[in-house]
Amino acid sequence: MNDRIHPFANLLAAVARGVTGVQVQWAGCEPDEKQRIYFANHTSHLDFVVLWSGLPPDLRAHTRPVAAQDYWESSALRRYVVMNVFNAVLVQRGVMAQAKSPEEARYAGRALIEQMAAALGDQYSLILFPEGTRGNGEKVGSFRAGLYHLALRRPDVELVPAYLENMNRILPKGEVLPVPMLSLLTFGRPLQVEPGEEKETFLERAREAVSSLRRIGSA
Amino acid sequence: MLPAIHDAKLAWLYGGVLFLLVVSTLIGRWLKRRRKSEASRATIENVNARIRAWWKMCAIFALAILVGRVGSLILFGLISFLALREYMTLVPTRRGDHRTLFWSFFVIMPLQYFLIGIQWYGFFAIMIPVLAFVYVPTRIAIAGDTAHFLERAAKIQFGIMVCAYCLSHAPALLLLKIPGYEGQDARLLLYLVIVDQMSDVLQFVWGKLIGRNKIAWRVSPNKTWEGFFGGILSATALGAALWWATPFTPLQSAGMSFTICILGFCGGLVMSAIKRDIGIKDFGRVIEGHGGILDRIDSLCFAAPIFFHLVRYYFVP
Repeated sequence: MNDRIHPFANLLAAVARGVTGVQVQWAGCEPDEKQRIYFANHTSHLDFVVLWSGLPPDLRAHTRPVAAQDYWESSALRRYVVMNVFNAVLVQRGVMAQAKSPEEARYAGRALIEQMAAALGDQYSLILFPEGTRGNGEKVGSFRAGLYHLALRRPDVELVPAYLENMNRILPKGEVLPVPMLSLLTFGRPLQVEPGEEKETFLERAREAVSSLRRIGSA
Repeated sequence: MLPAIHDAKLAWLYGGVLFLLVVSTLIGRWLKRRRKSEASRATIENVNARIRAWWKMCAIFALAILVGRVGSLILFGLISFLALREYMTLVPTRRGDHRTLFWSFFVIMPLQYFLIGIQWYGFFAIMIPVLAFVYVPTRIAIAGDTAHFLERAAKIQFGIMVCAYCLSHAPALLLLKIPGYEGQDARLLLYLVIVDQMSDVLQFVWGKLIGRNKIAWRVSPNKTWEGFFGGILSATALGAALWWATPFTPLQSAGMSFTICILGFCGGLVMSAIKRDIGIKDFGRVIEGHGGILDRIDSLCFAAPIFFHLVRYYFVP
């Protein structure tokens, strides 16, 4: 792995910024070199490119998206884009649900966390969409457990919530052509797992941290 | 290349704009130095920020006009695109509108400017009010989502009408073949924009200086009767004084300028009402610095088509 940004990545980031006209707000922390997990709401295929392009250039080289293996490995082009261009971490979705026994599920879950922890290494940051799938933009769906376990496994890494506005209108699920509406990317205040905090409590708190960054159309 | 560069009258208009910019910059500096209260500080900061933005806008616009018809078309096409983008971002749409919106941005809007480019007046005049009018609701209906159907169709139609159709009448002035005014139509476009924008500026200035009585405080708290009369009368006088750059007599020029000013006011008022309705005060803060193109051109959107048709009716045989 090297730290040079693939030229296509910069190109795609520039296109994504152009299409979405994204404005970036740091509303709870500042851009920083330290290792972080940026976790955000997920409504569009453009999400990770936009979030990635919203980071200052010197942070981008050390920030890797976590993406679903089943989707991104389904064609050679997708695979090339996600692996070579963005240096993504591909993970298997739903391994725990597919497992035959609780034993196997626990094992698969642990393997997933180890994979992400290894991907963080001692210098990388991750972009994670803990909903696990794209929503319709009306509300942030419930988070999967990976964020919690990863946070416990790597307590040294900061958890930064982020909200991507309007992406579901720019390129919703099932569409291939984007409509150039304006987007807004807001980074919130870092949070961490409190001592003794239950999994469900933390995940709901994290979901709320993302959801509360929403500016437009919130009820 | 650059046919307009030999136009002495155009050079005078440019010189006049440059003079105004320099004078207003100096006044801005002077105000900043002599301000006494903290309260006036925000206003003066805002005025100076506006003047700085005016420098940039004038530079871009002057360059586009110098390049000729293609330059003006590209510039206004770009403004239309950015304005439509702001509008559609603010107006709630649903998932079922996606394809219609795509058409609006990438087919209907560019086609409108393309038609000006190939000088096809007949198609230019009906494409959006007739064809797009029929197409938009049809495409939404095909998408199958009937919730708020009429609202959605109307909102998209209105956006295309204002941001693409109405605004495109400004560069469409270059289509008009006015006898005895051949090759000078760039000045007519400049005249429209100068009078329209100066009307906005002068209404703002008069309003700040002596504004007391609000016209429609619920819609736009900054619009006062004093600003309205002062701004429109002084901008009309300015427009009348620019008659030498146009195919008009001084009196005709005063009439045209007055019409531009009144319609510009209407445009500003209507777009303010839309903003209040959407409740964009939150959103405006969010896109601050980036947005606001629609705020700048709202008056032009209403003034351009009427000015275009007045000129066409009275001056093109």
